Amino acid sequence: MIPAAFAYDRPTTVDQAVGLLAAHPGAAKVIAGGQSLLPLLKLRLARAERLIDIGRLSELKGVRRTAEGGVSIGALTTYDELGRDPLITTYGLMADVLPQIGDVQVRNRGTIGGAVAHADPASDMPAVLLALEAELVARSIRGVRTIPMRGFLRGPFVTAIEPDEILTEIRIPAPSGAYGSAYRAIEQPASGYAIAGAAVVVGRSGGGSGPLDRCAVALTGVGEMPYRAAAVEAAFLGAAGPAAAAAHATDGVTVGSDIHADRAYRAAVAAVEVRRALEAAIARAG
Amino acid sequence: MTEAITLVVNGVHHELEVEPRRMLVQVIREDLDLTGTHIGCDTSQCGACTVLVDGQAVKSCTMLAVQADGSSITTIEGMANDGQLHPLQVGFWEKHGLQCGFCTPGMIMAAADLLARNPDPTDQEIRHAIEGNVCRCTGYQNIVAAIREAASLMAAGGTSAGAAG
Ligand SMILES: Cc1cc2nc3c(=O)[nH]c(=O)nc-3n(C[C@H](O)[C@H](O)[C@H](O)COP(=O)(O)OP(=O)(O)OC[C@H]3O[C@@H](n4cnc5c(N)ncnc54)[C@H](O)[C@@H]3O)c2cc1C
Ligand code: FES
Ligand code: FES
Repeated sequence: MIPAAFAYDRPTTVDQAVGLLAAHPGAAKVIAGGQSLLPLLKLRLARAERLIDIGRLSELKGVRRTAEGGVSIGALTTYDELGRDPLITTYGLMADVLPQIGDVQVRNRGTIGGAVAHADPASDMPAVLLALEAELVARSIRGVRTIPMRGFLRGPFVTAIEPDEILTEIRIPAPSGAYGSAYRAIEQPASGYAIAGAAVVVGRSGGGSGPLDRCAVALTGVGEMPYRAAAVEAAFLGAAGPAAAAAHATDGVTVGSDIHADRAYRAAVAAVEVRRALEAAIARAG
Repeated sequence: MTEAITLVVNGVHHELEVEPRRMLVQVIREDLDLTGTHIGCDTSQCGACTVLVDGQAVKSCTMLAVQADGSSITTIEGMANDGQLHPLQVGFWEKHGLQCGFCTPGMIMAAADLLARNPDPTDQEIRHAIEGNVCRCTGYQNIVAAIREAASLMAAGGTSAGAAG
């Protein structure tokens, strides 16, 4: 299969890349690792008149610690690079999720920026970043702006990124106090995508041995886009145990149904994965 | 419209003119006549088209040739050295790691990526590393045994994985 013909640019700086996007409004699309875009172009489910290959922009690669103690991830950092970076795998849920995404070939090419920008409703990384309360940095010729992960996803395959913007960076805030995190998912065996996946971060703001008074829970694969499960978080902070809190996993959500999992089954496994992720995160918080 | 690209494939330098929409696998098979790299699904699922790009396993049906410009590529044809089979090829031969052989080039290239990172993998690590490669014949058991055999051959002093290019 061959995509419809397109023009091809490979800018060498982010400035050039956003300049090209602005010069071809509505006609140009960026390509990073191509692990989502190329299959769509080949099947001609998507078309692009012009591809702007940002894959070589070294300014957008790599992980570094920020002055505030969090981490900054370049949008072009691959899953494989993330999985081998101790700044990343120290987050329990990152160590859980990274080896599970796709296969080694996909992880060698697929980038974190591409995963978030693509916003597949069943993809793993957006849920992880929701639970970590990440911020995204987007750049265009109009300037740079920061977008909280919460509010970034607008629907299946729809995000807050404007057509002339490039996602440059993902920032994860420093965890305050003692915390533990985990990711648990049941995957559709052939595609590897989540039927239901749960990302959990729990913490004690004061450290020490007090009660866990912080809780962020995000799900993917369940509704029309990954979401924060506010009802689970409230129940957990109201001292419900993991199982009782997890029972609220799909409160207020229209649960999806497809040939792999009908609505009732998907809702049931969503609750199970939330409970498992909560239990693992609590154990890791110590 | 075509783009000029450079690829070093199995150690041989090539200057090529390619249409941007052509996949790396097409250039490898059609322009360079290296038909050991197979196309199974053409939809990023089966791994038959796996090659090493700068040492990393990649599905060449899911990478544009222009994205590989300037890279070093190793295909199955680049594994044997001077008529001497690569330890992975010996392993597949000795342990009956193939039946029809269609998946084998991709399996071997995925395994080369694994052994370059992890010279002494467990069976579970081997299975995880070939998750992106589908075999319709063997049931995988002998493929795992073949990769394990290659790891021991290499530990005993064979060539290192991912050699050429
Ligand atoms: C076989 C297979 C299995 C997979 N399994 C899983 C899985 O189990 N779980 C999972 O979550 N995902 C899975 N994926 C999807 C994979 O995670 C994504 O394809 C990949 O991470 C996307 O990154 P990319 O760099 O390849 O993006 P590309 O394909 O290059 O781009 C995807 C989209 O994002 C846009 N884009 C990319 N980068 C930027 C940027 N910096 N700024 C603005 N827009 C941008 C592109 O224009 C395009 O629309 C799988 C994919 C394959 C092929
Ligand atoms: S042919 Fe490339 S993955 Fe199947
Ligand atoms: S040996 Fe036939 S597909 Fe693997």
